[in-house]
Amino acid sequence: MALAQPALEQAVDWEVAEQQIGLWQDAWHRFRGNRLAVLGAVVIVFLILVAFLSPLLVHLGIIVSPTTQQVENIEVGPGQAGHLFGTDELGRDTLSRLMFGSRISLSVGILVQGIILPIGLAIGLAAGYFGGRIDNLLMRFTDIWYAFPDLIFVLVLVSVFGPNLLSIFGAIALVGWVGLARLVRGQVLAIKEKEYIEAARSSGSPPLKLILKHLLPNALGPIIVTVVFGIPSAIFLEAVLSFLGVGIQPPTPTWGQMVFDGYEAIYANPSSVVFPALSIGFTLLAFSFVGDGLRDALDPRMKR
Amino acid sequence: MQAAEKAPVTAVVSDPVILRVEDVYKHFPIAGFGGLAVRAVDGVTLEIRRGEALGLVGESGCGKSTLARLITALLPVTSGKIIFEGQEITKMRGARLRRMRRKMQMIFQDPFASLDPRMTVGDIIQEPLDNYGIGSGRERQRRVQELLRLVGLNPNFTNRYPHEFSGGQRQRIGIARALAVNPSFIVCDEAVSALDVSIQAQIINLLQDLQREFNLTYLFIAHDLAVVRHLSDRIAVMYLGKVVETAGRNDIYDHPQHPYTRALLSSIPVPDPEVERARAPILLKGEIPSAVNPPSGCRFHTRCPIARVPGICSEQEPLLEPHGQRDQLAACHFAGEK
Amino acid sequence: MAQTLLQVEDLHTQFFTSRGVVRAVDGVNLHIDVGETLGIVGESGCGKTITALSILRLVPDPGKITSGRILFRGNDVVKMDDEEIRDFRGNDVAMIFQDPMTSLNPVTRIGSQIEEAMTAHKRFTPELAKSRVIELLTRVRVPSAEQRARDYPHQFSGGMRQRAMIAMGLSNEPSLLIADEPTTALDVTVQAQIIQLMKQLNRELGTAMMLITHNMALVASLCQRVVVMYAGRVVEEGPVEQIFKSPQHPYTWSLLRSVPRVDEARKDRLVSIKGLPPDLTNAPPGCKFHPRCPFVVDRCKVEEPPLGEVGPDQVARCWVLMRNVSEADIATAKQSSISVAAAEKLKAPAADIGGKAGS
Repeated sequence: MALAQPALEQAVDWEVAEQQIGLWQDAWHRFRGNRLAVLGAVVIVFLILVAFLSPLLVHLGIIVSPTTQQVENIEVGPGQAGHLFGTDELGRDTLSRLMFGSRISLSVGILVQGIILPIGLAIGLAAGYFGGRIDNLLMRFTDIWYAFPDLIFVLVLVSVFGPNLLSIFGAIALVGWVGLARLVRGQVLAIKEKEYIEAARSSGSPPLKLILKHLLPNALGPIIVTVVFGIPSAIFLEAVLSFLGVGIQPPTPTWGQMVFDGYEAIYANPSSVVFPALSIGFTLLAFSFVGDGLRDALDPRMKR
Repeated sequence: MQAAEKAPVTAVVSDPVILRVEDVYKHFPIAGFGGLAVRAVDGVTLEIRRGEALGLVGESGCGKSTLARLITALLPVTSGKIIFEGQEITKMRGARLRRMRRKMQMIFQDPFASLDPRMTVGDIIQEPLDNYGIGSGRERQRRVQELLRLVGLNPNFTNRYPHEFSGGQRQRIGIARALAVNPSFIVCDEAVSALDVSIQAQIINLLQDLQREFNLTYLFIAHDLAVVRHLSDRIAVMYLGKVVETAGRNDIYDHPQHPYTRALLSSIPVPDPEVERARAPILLKGEIPSAVNPPSGCRFHTRCPIARVPGICSEQEPLLEPHGQRDQLAACHFAGEK
Repeated sequence: MAQTLLQVEDLHTQFFTSRGVVRAVDGVNLHIDVGETLGIVGESGCGKTITALSILRLVPDPGKITSGRILFRGNDVVKMDDEEIRDFRGNDVAMIFQDPMTSLNPVTRIGSQIEEAMTAHKRFTPELAKSRVIELLTRVRVPSAEQRARDYPHQFSGGMRQRAMIAMGLSNEPSLLIADEPTTALDVTVQAQIIQLMKQLNRELGTAMMLITHNMALVASLCQRVVVMYAGRVVEEGPVEQIFKSPQHPYTWSLLRSVPRVDEARKDRLVSIKGLPPDLTNAPPGCKFHPRCPFVVDRCKVEEPPLGEVGPDQVARCWVLMRNVSEADIATAKQSSISVAAAEKLKAPAADIGGKAGS
């Protein structure tokens, strides 16, 4: 029965391609190669630092508090009287208000996605995996939800529950989950047909394991991308709400509200509009670049 | 001294039947076309005996892959019974079905799609062991390494990802996964057709060696009759959702009874120019009709070179009955005629 | 003495990638006579498709023909300007591909597409063009050609699409038709129809054919001469009967014995070629096949053999040659590849772990 030993050793296929990096490492590698995405990521890290450090800077006396009104310095231009970005119509330092405004903008962006993610995942996964009647029910519900115009929906919710942080976050999240749920469902439907899912089923994997260990990790790429792209749209929606005057109430500074306040004096004191508008713009751009970079990096078809 | 010289395993006819497919139908309704359905599998009856390799051939759209998924309970049947080791799997659900699946594993066609790209090779092969709670963690890892060695891969590759391997190597990983829980029955769905010729030979040899070592029963599904004939003891030919002929591997070549089998055999070129020159393929008219609305009577009558149309062939459906040699069945009104 | 139609001399085609230079075609010499059918066989990545694309000067980026000559009726294709190359592609050579669906425009009627291919190079009156389209479709045995010419590609089945592609290829009566795996995507019964059609067209029109395939049986059925390629090189060439009866290169020999034959009476063990084809950025020294060759000798590892004459019209690139290989070595080459030690170990614990999980 015994085989000639040399023949055996020959038969073993020891060779394997050189590349040893996993898929995530590979994605990271590609992300790093995308200059705009890296730039975006740097901007975002900088913003987060600013948001965290601004109270400390006030405490150390490096910047003025965003609510301190200096009646002697109303509407001064950039660089004058020690105000790098100038002041607004109440004599408040624009730079300080911008830095505190980033706290609201970033937390709206990121926390809202934190609310959206579980809702979107649960509905999308359930619809996609179970299919049939459950899918139909969930998707019709999603369609109806989607049919409401976003802004009106948010305006109604905010005016009913009052313009506080919680209701604004909640309202933005409630219009945002629909896109994610649809995306997740689509991903699940596509991946469900893959042979490796069939293979896992015939290896005896129970449904929960299929979803958590096979479907979810493979759908993760596009989900991350959608979530990242969702951040700037949430920031934007909050800015619009503030601009319309139903956002976070003064004196808490937010970028949208700063644009709204400065807007009336746009010719007299352009700096109080231009800087918050630029901040919104650059932040949106930074998140979009990172989203683009992630989309390319996480798509295996983009392999060089 | 060589394993290859051991007597080939030929199934004894009196062996108990391991799997019985009884009048199985699978229709896929077409959304939006009330009542219309793709009749992928349309009344198939089949037996697989313990220790044999049954080959199932047919062209694309004949329903062979659907049948494989019905047999492995990946799809529910529309009607009919599938009995595996005396138990009706078509009635099983949930945990009972999962327990049954342990004895019945599948090797898939596409070595690039059948391994989860986000899992390491070790985790992929270990997954069935985890699912059935076999052995301790340490024992599972050791078993994974032995499985890799068995299929001719380096056992230290457990923490590599599938994309680092070539097509042939990935197919071996798929085979190792199928063997992990010591199944008695393996369904190979076009397991070698996506591979390059030299790699294909490696995998075919491996499958044959494994069958001998582990006394496996195979259902070998492919469109390539040459490969199927090489690997099988008995062959079933499918056409448009139905089995039209079954016979031993030699009888089907030497005495085909169904005109479709005959045409299929003659269509496959032989790698020998002298033999090729003497052969004349039986050219069939047209291509396979739609499985939504299959032809009346015998489904093959629209392309059959010997059909009596109009007549019995277009009016009455032939039954799968004994014709020709012992243990040979054919569904044709004029079986054996040329 | 047959007239040479196409002569490829020392062709090198390389791809300049970030990983290095891929030597996809590495010094290929071959020729095809007027009216001849030549088969080019080899596994994926051996350079057979790139050779064909080089002949048409259609090498995709980042590939380039770096040296060599491609003489078509004495004119060097490599040196042709844009005008000449368009003329050459349209009138002298045509190529058909594996997947006819991706080569056809899904929103244009089949007839119009054939007409377009035709009128790109010659002028036809509209009536003449119409009747020629129908004639072509009839020639490739498309039933009721007049109606089918008005169909869109999705209304055609796989086999019919391939026929339409062939009709398009034949529209300007080329003297060479290059077919790259023309039947691989088709079912066997349809494949037989297309092979039959190609045989008939070769006989009726005298079009020379270059069939590129991995399928040895297809070559046996359709070709007069065979070129076997491995790692960007020709390793053996000769008349089809000789190559199949007495292949001299171990790679050709292994290829022939690695595919099961439908007419085999008993199950003979297949020859499997161990390992993988080489990485063409970094091919092994000596004979490119030596790491996978069952009959390798020391010389193979350092010195690459030339294409030497091994029979009438037959050349092979090998130091050993199959006629010098002993029966015992051939038997070893067919040996089992399974690890028996691992199999024994796997069987033993299976019994006890089976008991635990069966409950």
